[in-house]
Amino acid sequence: MIFRKKKDTESNKKSQDNVARSKGVDVASVLKESIDSAISQETSEKQKSSGSLDISPDGFRRLDAEDRRISSDSSGQKGLKAGLTLSRKILSRPFTKAAVKKAIDPSFWDEAEEALISADAGVACSAEIVKRAKQIVIGEGVKSIDGVREAFRRAVVETILVTGVPPSLEGEKPQVIFVVGVNGVGKTTTCAKLGYIFKTAGKKVIFAAADTFRAAGIEQMEMWAARVGAPVVKHQPGGDPAAVVYDSIERALAKSTDFVIVDTAGRLHTKKNLMEELSKMWRVAGKKLKGRPLGVLVIDATTGQNGVNQARIFSQALNVDMIVLTKMDGTAKGGVVLAIGRELKIPVGFVGVGEGLGDLKPFDPVEYARALF
Amino acid sequence: MFESLNDRIQNVFSKLKGRGKLSEKDVEAALKELKLVLLEADVNYRVVKMFVDHVKKRAVGEEVIKSVTPAQQVVKIIYDEMTEILGGSSRSLNFSPHPPSVIMLVGLQGSGKTTAAAKLAVMLRHQGRNPCLVAADIYRPAAVEQLQILGEKIGVPVIHFKHKSAVDICSLSVEWAVRNGHDVVILDTAGRLHIDDEMMQELLEIKRNLNPSETLLVVDAMTGQEAVNVALTFLERIEFDGIILTKMDGDARGGAALSMKTVTGRPIKLVSIGEKLEDMEVFHPDRVASRILGMGDVVTLVEKAQKTMTEERARKLEEKIRKQKFDFDDFLEQMQQLKKMGGLARVIEMIPGMGNISRLGGIDLDDKRMKRIEAIIQSMTVEERRNPSILNASRRRRIAKGSGTTTQEVNQLVKQFAQMQKMLKVLSGRGSLGTFKRLFPF
Repeated sequence: MIFRKKKDTESNKKSQDNVARSKGVDVASVLKESIDSAISQETSEKQKSSGSLDISPDGFRRLDAEDRRISSDSSGQKGLKAGLTLSRKILSRPFTKAAVKKAIDPSFWDEAEEALISADAGVACSAEIVKRAKQIVIGEGVKSIDGVREAFRRAVVETILVTGVPPSLEGEKPQVIFVVGVNGVGKTTTCAKLGYIFKTAGKKVIFAAADTFRAAGIEQMEMWAARVGAPVVKHQPGGDPAAVVYDSIERALAKSTDFVIVDTAGRLHTKKNLMEELSKMWRVAGKKLKGRPLGVLVIDATTGQNGVNQARIFSQALNVDMIVLTKMDGTAKGGVVLAIGRELKIPVGFVGVGEGLGDLKPFDPVEYARALF
Repeated sequence: MFESLNDRIQNVFSKLKGRGKLSEKDVEAALKELKLVLLEADVNYRVVKMFVDHVKKRAVGEEVIKSVTPAQQVVKIIYDEMTEILGGSSRSLNFSPHPPSVIMLVGLQGSGKTTAAAKLAVMLRHQGRNPCLVAADIYRPAAVEQLQILGEKIGVPVIHFKHKSAVDICSLSVEWAVRNGHDVVILDTAGRLHIDDEMMQELLEIKRNLNPSETLLVVDAMTGQEAVNVALTFLERIEFDGIILTKMDGDARGGAALSMKTVTGRPIKLVSIGEKLEDMEVFHPDRVASRILGMGDVVTLVEKAQKTMTEERARKLEEKIRKQKFDFDDFLEQMQQLKKMGGLARVIEMIPGMGNISRLGGIDLDDKRMKRIEAIIQSMTVEERRNPSILNASRRRRIAKGSGTTTQEVNQLVKQFAQMQKMLKVLSGRGSLGTFKRLFPF
């Protein structure tokens, strides 16, 4: 994964120092400044096709071409750090203040904890990270602000790493990947992006359009599949999604396909019958395979502490092997993955950083921690 | 929605209520806990601080501590403050005096704009308006189709122009709406990141061209601390008049709901509470506050009942109960009413003091069980429904077979029904049958 260069961090820090100095500790104005500059930064980076787009096949081909250009152009630019600019600034505030005051007083730790909470890491998890960082700082006699910063990074990485490493996506042919999650987190897009990764690696991919519930859910999958250049197995809207899974595996077996990516309907984890439907699909797939399918839970980076419940209950319906954290190109921090990791030990596999096919990157805990602090 | 928040707050309250007198320390300890509860519920940390400070200021005063029921006073203060941060009273949508009124929905990707647009159309039609929908999301694959399918389902026209920009689609659609006599035009715009300058520009242009009477920000109720940043940026760039909270039927603790009004100064106007296209409601801050604090929500319950049950039918039922002629047919009808009101679980939630029952003791209030009961009753003959006492073993076996259930289940239902009849007898003996019994003969 490629991140923006260190120089950038330095300049951010500097500009923040200035803000902090000139305006004292007016939190609101610091926040506003950082939002403003994050906006202007993002805009200067963003290059997006504008004007009208149609959804005819021609329009799509054009869109596809544009997409490739965007992802290849921006591959050096678009990374986790770009998305985390704002959050990094908020999390850095205690450090900036400490740097100004040239000392770490007790309020520093409270502020650091607050900053973590504001990144959606959750109350308990934030307290734990601060405690761990404190241990490192005191235990190792850290004196410099940078050393404290490093201590926080280490504490974050430790929190993520207890979750273990995401499993390899290579396995028995065909490898069936269930993409699940609540409504609107970006499951279909994630399916397409995953498919694109495999496809570029020279693997054979088919999509199972198992979102038979949502209006035009199947069409959406089909359009993405066309862009990836992989076939789709589909049924009628309102059909049995388990049957779609069954058929797609049959077809994969017949055509020695490497990956079957199952796009499931968005469902709130509180809907019992829908979760049962999901376990049924999972069982159906399991019976057709030598091994078992892989479960990928998609979590929107803007999700709050409810993400922990989502992960817990989805894990009861099927085996959640990894999390894909989407929409990290906004200002959201996705700190809920820390809370999820702490409680449920589910590793993060990928992060979504944009709308292009190539905008799914492997998750690197060290880089994530560095992007946060 | 709000259940788990309610649980946690009840805990805090019960510690307070256990004491006769309250010291300042007691209040402070309770507030500290309340602060944690709210933070865990994703309420913005600055809003939490403000909220707790307000409550503290009012709660540690002389009057409260020396009053006869200090705990209740504190609860009352918390209720007041919570109603306040939720927005005070409910706000209705703005309509233009010169139709058509344009309602524009904006928000992040995946917040639920398209579904909300369809639900809003259903709601407005119930209010006697003639809405149409505009598919202005030209970016996401199959977004236009999604709205078209939804429009077909609810019988509301969906307007779309191929090969046009979103700005043009919206302008052309409003012209079309005028020609075709629609008084409300709902614009379903594409989801966009609040920091995407170009996309925000597009919204601004649509807004400038059409001057919508109502711009609504659609926010996912599960959003965490980020909700505030998103809302603030949308406010700064394009301005909006109100908020629609979606996915309220999950188990999110509703932090976004509690932060929005305070931070943006814009009220939550509507909430979306289910998968069905009728599942949109007006947001009532006072009722939500009382639901969060475990005080139930009778007002909504009564309103819902009135919507699903006519005066005449209610009278008939009441008479039947009084004459002790309440039979399985009435039971079935009641159950179907209940379904229309959003299912047993949702109804129970709104009854004061009953909010916790569905989670206590693990009673399964699943609609699935209701379906089985329905099947059992529908497998009875007319005579059996009227007079359950003739249900002997052989009849019960037949019913179980016919409904695909077991004899045990049939037995259970018959027993429960007998108990219920007894209970109704007692209730009706007391004279007036209040709204409660009319609604809720279970």
